[in-house]
Amino acid sequence: MSDLIRLKNVEKKYKNGVTAIHNLNLAIEKGSFVFVIGGSGSGKSTLIKMLYREEKPTKGQVIVGGLDVAKLKNSKVYKLRRKLGIVFQDYRLLPKQTVYENVAFALECIGEKKDSIRIKVLKALEDVGLKNKVHEYPDKLSGGEQQRVAIARAIVNEPKLLLCDEPTGNLDPDMSMEIMKVLEDINKRRGTTIIMATHDKEIVNKMKKQVVTLKEGHLVKFKQKGKYEDEAI
Amino acid sequence: MKLFRMLGRSIRDAVKSVIRNFSLSLASISCITITLIIVAIAIMASYNVQNFTKEIERDMTIVAFLDNDATKSDVKEIEKEINSISNVDKYTYQSKQEVKEKMQAESDVFDTVLQNWSDEESPLKDTIQVKVKDVEKINKTAAKIESIDKVAVVRYGSGMVDKMIAAFNQVEKITYGIVIALIVVTVFLIINTIKLTISARRREIGIMRLVGASNFTIKTPFIIEGMILGIFGSIVPVLITMYGYTAFYNHFDGYLYSQLIKLIQPEPFIYQVSLSVIIIGIIVGMIGSSSAVRKYLKV
Ligand SMILES: Nc1ncnc2c1ncn2[C@@H]1O[C@H](COP(=O)(O)OP(=O)(O)OP(=O)(O)O)[C@@H](O)[C@H]1O
Ligand SMILES: [Mg+2]
Repeated sequence: MSDLIRLKNVEKKYKNGVTAIHNLNLAIEKGSFVFVIGGSGSGKSTLIKMLYREEKPTKGQVIVGGLDVAKLKNSKVYKLRRKLGIVFQDYRLLPKQTVYENVAFALECIGEKKDSIRIKVLKALEDVGLKNKVHEYPDKLSGGEQQRVAIARAIVNEPKLLLCDEPTGNLDPDMSMEIMKVLEDINKRRGTTIIMATHDKEIVNKMKKQVVTLKEGHLVKFKQKGKYEDEAI
Repeated sequence: MKLFRMLGRSIRDAVKSVIRNFSLSLASISCITITLIIVAIAIMASYNVQNFTKEIERDMTIVAFLDNDATKSDVKEIEKEINSISNVDKYTYQSKQEVKEKMQAESDVFDTVLQNWSDEESPLKDTIQVKVKDVEKINKTAAKIESIDKVAVVRYGSGMVDKMIAAFNQVEKITYGIVIALIVVTVFLIINTIKLTISARRREIGIMRLVGASNFTIKTPFIIEGMILGIFGSIVPVLITMYGYTAFYNHFDGYLYSQLIKLIQPEPFIYQVSLSVIIIGIIVGMIGSSSAVRKYLKV
């Protein structure tokens, strides 16, 4: 059982009647780096949301790190969230807090001690290459740097799983490659499993990682060292 | 340890947001203040009213004066009839001899005066003192007693007293109504204050959820904020209770309406009232903030 994530016959039907995911079966091993690709509306974000229990599957089983996510009570969702980090397209930083404070916030919220917060935050900022911007405010940073702050915040609690929903969606190609280097580094050095939803063909083709291809909510392909195949989409 | 750390954080956050939303916080605090002033006055007034009505009721006795020619067997007959009235609690008979001895023992002046009267001259009469169960029906009971044969006159606590008690009861009820209405308004204002804080911090709350903050951690700062509003709101009412009541008491030397109403001593009364006011403030603050949290935080 080296699978970190297992989905069995998962279906997600939204309240408005749209079925975003159809009968999805998927197993993702610990330590892997997986792209989730597909056209707009193919269900990438929905899949990611089910993994951190923002949405519940309407059918089937979603297991993340041994937790049966669908059965998790609302009041216990935080237990799942502490095991994973999440990064979005829009960074979601606190504008009035410094880089350090933004990252430390994640640990303060779960009651860590000040000393260990300091050590972990500096380590995470070093890992994303922002050690020299510790006291800056987010609006003084480039988009790529802001996204790296968000990544630092996501990994500061040393999660086994890092979920990214189009983390490079707002960035130009150079900055996007920077972010990809950081993510690859985290995947290799920390052994963190990474699942990343993206539209970016170039990135997928360059990185040569596992690729899950979705089309209208169906899994059409799951390849090791995959490519962004237009015909599948 | 961890709990204290989280609590410290929550308190810090709560104080910050009270300051940040200063104008709305001030509105809530003022509203709590007004409510609690009225609550404090209502508590103090109602305790004082209860206190002296109890005392008056204890003294409310019907005194039936018997005819001078009432014989021993007449007295027995009268006692029997009094006993048959349902509102009568208990009664005691005093012969004029006993009344005389009692009065003589009470004061030297009475003693000399009474000694000079012969039995025939004496204005004193045999009396039966009757305690009633329900003071509000005392006049009916008195009338019944007066209609008994050989009962000359009947006296009882003046009608003004029962009217006053009834009026106080009425005022008390109206006050309760006002207090409840004010508390409802206050709770709504607090809900709105906290709602504003919550919406100002939506982003932060969203991030807290993502990084795995427990519901307790997310909720507590807002609940504490409500409690802080309650505590700030109770400062002025507590001062009014402590200094206002003491000054009032001292100004009237502890009595109202020339000895009729005995006021409750300020100590420890004012401390008890202050404590209740603070507790009510905190509870009202908590009710407001918890319902805001339930409504707008969905945790
Ligand atoms: N909260 C929601 N309520 C109702 N329908 C939704 C909701 N979220 C998504 N959908 C629908 O579910 C389908 C899949 O949406 P999803 O956001 O998962 O796609 P996506 O692959 O992330 O698309 P994009 O590449 O544009 O981000 C779409 O048809 C979308 O309209
Ligand atoms: Mg999406």
